[in-house]
Amino acid sequence: MKKKIKNVIVLFLTSALFVVALSACSTDNSKEDSNQSLDTNDTRDINKGKDNNFTKDLSGSITMSGSTSMEKLANVAAEAFMVEYPGVIVSAEFIGSSAGVEAVIAGTVDIGNASRNLKDSEKQSGAVENIIAIDGIAVIVDKANTVTNLTKDQLIQIYKGEVNNWSQVGGADQPIVVVGRESGSGTRGAFEEILEIEDMAKYSNEINSTGGVMAKVASTEGAIGYVSLDVLDNSVIAVNLEGVEATPENIKAGDYLLSRPFVMATKGEISEQNDLVQIFFEYMKSDEGKALIESVGLISA
Amino acid sequence: MSDRSFSIIGSYKTKNNIEKVAGVIFTLCALFAVLAVFSISIYMIISGTPAIFEVGLKDILFGRVWTPNAAQPSYGILYIILTSIIGTFLAILIGVPIGVLTAVFLAETAPRSLAAIVKPAVELLAGIPSVIYGLLGILVLNPFIYKMEMALFKDDPNHQFTGGSNLISAVLVLAIMILPTVINISESSLRAVPHYYKQASLALGATHIQTIFRVLIPAAKSGIVTAIVLGVGRAIGEAMAISLVAGNGANFPLPFNSVRFLTTAVVSEMSYATDTHRDVLFTIGLVLFAFIILINLILNKVMKGGNKDGDS
Repeated sequence: MKKKIKNVIVLFLTSALFVVALSACSTDNSKEDSNQSLDTNDTRDINKGKDNNFTKDLSGSITMSGSTSMEKLANVAAEAFMVEYPGVIVSAEFIGSSAGVEAVIAGTVDIGNASRNLKDSEKQSGAVENIIAIDGIAVIVDKANTVTNLTKDQLIQIYKGEVNNWSQVGGADQPIVVVGRESGSGTRGAFEEILEIEDMAKYSNEINSTGGVMAKVASTEGAIGYVSLDVLDNSVIAVNLEGVEATPENIKAGDYLLSRPFVMATKGEISEQNDLVQIFFEYMKSDEGKALIESVGLISA
Repeated sequence: MSDRSFSIIGSYKTKNNIEKVAGVIFTLCALFAVLAVFSISIYMIISGTPAIFEVGLKDILFGRVWTPNAAQPSYGILYIILTSIIGTFLAILIGVPIGVLTAVFLAETAPRSLAAIVKPAVELLAGIPSVIYGLLGILVLNPFIYKMEMALFKDDPNHQFTGGSNLISAVLVLAIMILPTVINISESSLRAVPHYYKQASLALGATHIQTIFRVLIPAAKSGIVTAIVLGVGRAIGEAMAISLVAGNGANFPLPFNSVRFLTTAVVSEMSYATDTHRDVLFTIGLVLFAFIILINLILNKVMKGGNKDGDS
């Protein structure tokens, strides 16, 4: 009898063990999930506490469409805004800068995203340029490089492969190793767009992370690369472009070449918009909004 | 005593139950692996085929230009496929002789004290994560290859300098990475050759070296071929290490060109790819998958052939 019980216990334990082993991952997941939901609940509670102080319950929807380069910013802003104001739905589409501005002029969306300054013709049609953030790209070289300044043409020639030795741009006799990001990267898209060398750049190294570009340039003599301004450190040198240093101040002043504004265009001034859109812009210009903008690697305007 | 004998003394019914439950557990485990392979195959085919219809199989497989985000996108992966084939072939060319001779050394000629150092070293090599190989490649191999590149192409105005991130670096890293596979399998197949082969050869007056190359290696042939095929599998499927050292330009695989392998093509662009670009990346995965299946089929054939040899 004893033995029988023992057998049953052994059997039970093995099967229990097996079940536990099988379900281990799923329980982990559910734990994580519950943690996550707890986290969001927490932040929501905090946020609710905050906005109860200064706003009534809002509901409605904001639509925006436009630049694919602004996808990250638009999504982050939309999500954060919807957490802050649970009754509001912010939807964003990414169809290109020009199409976005057209849509806002036509009145089909509230906000048109453009990753460039608005054209005069667009402004005449009633679009107002609200610069929310500025995207800055630094050109970096390794520390041993003696070149400290490049002109726009020199940069274009280097990336097109027409210039392949530093001696041709005033440096030492050292081949240029052209480092860049992989196809599809927003930084690469912006870099090539501003220099107008889309699909013409000849890279010898396509690296799929900002950190990778920094490491490759830092460790390779004669390398040149580009990264977002906010990740610069002293393992590499950021060269001046047309004599202008890559600093947030110069970028804000509009002197630095490799920068572009992220515009959220509206039809008419912000003050003429409905309450929701006004609050959205207020939010983007608040400290929280600025933190959001900086969290996606941009400079707040 | 009584503690250990329960299954013998226990009743027929309990014994029977244990047998049944154990059987079910084994079957479930076996089915799990099958299910995984099956679902991966289905998934690869489902996600890899839309781009083939959209872009055209010929344009993908035989196109030479890879510009997925251009205004007129082009999704040709011919150079990427060639890089994988040539890179793997060169890695085998370097890695296999070294690996097989190391195996001979370990199985035949090594003094015991030296083998006691080499064997654990080889096993350790197998356990090193591939990202470490990549980092060493960046820090040690790339600067060295870059110096070679600068010396060789000093007067060539058309060469695009890669800073050492090129096919040669990738091949060298791959050759080192396949060593443990080749060495371990070759060594065990050399050890599996019956003793009397060696004894007979030596008795006939052959020297030790003659015996190794004329008797032992031919007798262990099927095992060594298996080692090579597994090495090919490892090399063609490796992504992490070579994504760090190969440069990732979609160029023709010449030694000092920045090159992109099938694996790195998927890894490097998946994070931001959208729409057709993303679909084509899955198609590249499908191509890679086809290569792996081909290698496995070859492996199966080789192993079966080996059994026949053993039987006769």
